[in-house]
Amino acid sequence: MKPSLILGALLTLTFILAALISYLWTPGDVEAVNIAARLQPPSAAHWLGTDHLGRDMLSMVMTGARTSLAVALVAVGLGMGLGVPLGLAAAARQGGWLDELVMRTNDLIFAFPSLVIAILITAIFGPGALNAILAIGIFNIPVFARLTRGAALSFWRREFILAARVAGKGVPRISAEHILPNLANLLIVQGTIQFSLGILAEAGLSYVGLGAQPPVPSWGRMLADAQTMVSLAPHVAIVPGLAILLTVLGLNLLGDGLRDALDPRLRPSRA
Amino acid sequence: MLGYALKRLTSLAVSLLVASLVIFLVVEVAPGDPASYMLGMNAQPDTVAALRSELGLDLPKWQRYLSWLGGMLSGDFGTSYTYRTPVAEMVAERITVSLPLALYALGLSTLIALPAGIYAAARRGKAGDAGVIGATQLGIAIPNFWFAMLLVLLFALKLRWFSAGGFPGWDDPLMAMKSLTLPAVALALPQAAILARVMRSSLIDILSEDFIRTARAKGLSRRQALWRHGLRNALIPVLTILGLQFSFLLAGAIIIEQVFFLPGLGRLIFQSITQRDLIVVESVVMLLVFAVIAVNFLTDMAYAIADPRLRRPR
Repeated sequence: MKPSLILGALLTLTFILAALISYLWTPGDVEAVNIAARLQPPSAAHWLGTDHLGRDMLSMVMTGARTSLAVALVAVGLGMGLGVPLGLAAAARQGGWLDELVMRTNDLIFAFPSLVIAILITAIFGPGALNAILAIGIFNIPVFARLTRGAALSFWRREFILAARVAGKGVPRISAEHILPNLANLLIVQGTIQFSLGILAEAGLSYVGLGAQPPVPSWGRMLADAQTMVSLAPHVAIVPGLAILLTVLGLNLLGDGLRDALDPRLRPSRA
Repeated sequence: MLGYALKRLTSLAVSLLVASLVIFLVVEVAPGDPASYMLGMNAQPDTVAALRSELGLDLPKWQRYLSWLGGMLSGDFGTSYTYRTPVAEMVAERITVSLPLALYALGLSTLIALPAGIYAAARRGKAGDAGVIGATQLGIAIPNFWFAMLLVLLFALKLRWFSAGGFPGWDDPLMAMKSLTLPAVALALPQAAILARVMRSSLIDILSEDFIRTARAKGLSRRQALWRHGLRNALIPVLTILGLQFSFLLAGAIIIEQVFFLPGLGRLIFQSITQRDLIVVESVVMLLVFAVIAVNFLTDMAYAIADPRLRRPR
């Protein structure tokens, strides 16, 4: 195994664990305001310091991880849940009306600057985690639909699919039982990449105030709050940013590593 | 070639039409009536009704869509509900910030990425290559608005080389460019990371082609073969990515403008959304979508000119 894959897996695991542990325990209370202890630099009592309201930054980062990971995970789930069946259906009847419709809709969604539309959706339907999920998730659908369709098409020409047809299996069963399992690797790798993009998008949306709303902590909001404090206490800006950077980096390394490990054709190192 | 261009042009027109319909519908279902928003909580119902008819909000939806669309086609983007000024004027003013910013960032990203990608490809598998790959991993993972804050912290607050935000206008072009420098760097970095990777892998692919071996067999050195034959061919996918990046730069600029308090299109969108100035939102988003679709079209055309195989019907 490549060291970058291990590093990626470790970073990803760290943040998933931080998010899970935050449900049970955090070093400090993220809703308790303590102005007297505001903007303290990292110390033994507060490992990552305190923010402008005196809240423990480590606890904020842990609880923020929850929001980031949940929004990105559900957005990817939405994209996969709708995109994969659409892609499978389009590939099963290549050139049919559904195929055309799926592909043209895909082209259209790709033409939109995704962040602009995400901003439009969240701004109009009101800011909040749910609308952020929707806004990010919509752009994941065509990604998975296109990927699934492309890969599924190549399988439809293979002999084992022909055998399944001769055995009397219908199109939906062949898609689910023979084609989908063959796409698993591809989907896992793409899922990891979309997951990291989702975290970046969520951070951007909550930074401009369109993501999760207070008192729910999120990394993007922490950065927005930090903006005016950055000269007084640089750590309030550095800590949440590093959390985003390390999580996204971890997921990207994991995705790249998995692709190399799962795809034998890529094994001789060519990134 | 003409047939291909016509076909692409038709699909461009259809995309724009559908996009306009989607944007109109999304904005239409938005809760909150612009007229009552403008007049405040205590407005009389008949005053609201009068304003609604003045703004044309009482017309049927399809009629308003058609008049909006017709207006856009003739360069009339409507009149802002809040400021009572033509949207086209507001956009024209803001675009003098956003467009130079996006182009500045595009220029920077190309200047950083191409040399880095070529350097890495030429030293494939060596320390320099690994360094470039590591740097691009970081570049892709950094949220650009956070990078922007770090730039402000270092270059504006600590070193005082640049101002922390704001835009002085184009009266003094040098000052204007200076105030766009940190935002452009912040925008360019993630794009440069992606571009450098594309440049590297495209060049590595090309360098294993037969014609490069032929060039080497003719007696060219590795370096000569790379510069004379490899680079030209490797640039084609890079150009495509550059076209695609334009849309990321436009969208990214919206957030970066918030960090640096730049009076660009991004701030105009946010401002209009909070003021329920729907006509401005519709028109600006439509304009951004148009810009992206048009740039993608031009990229496709450039690609077809460079690579005749694409023109053939598939």
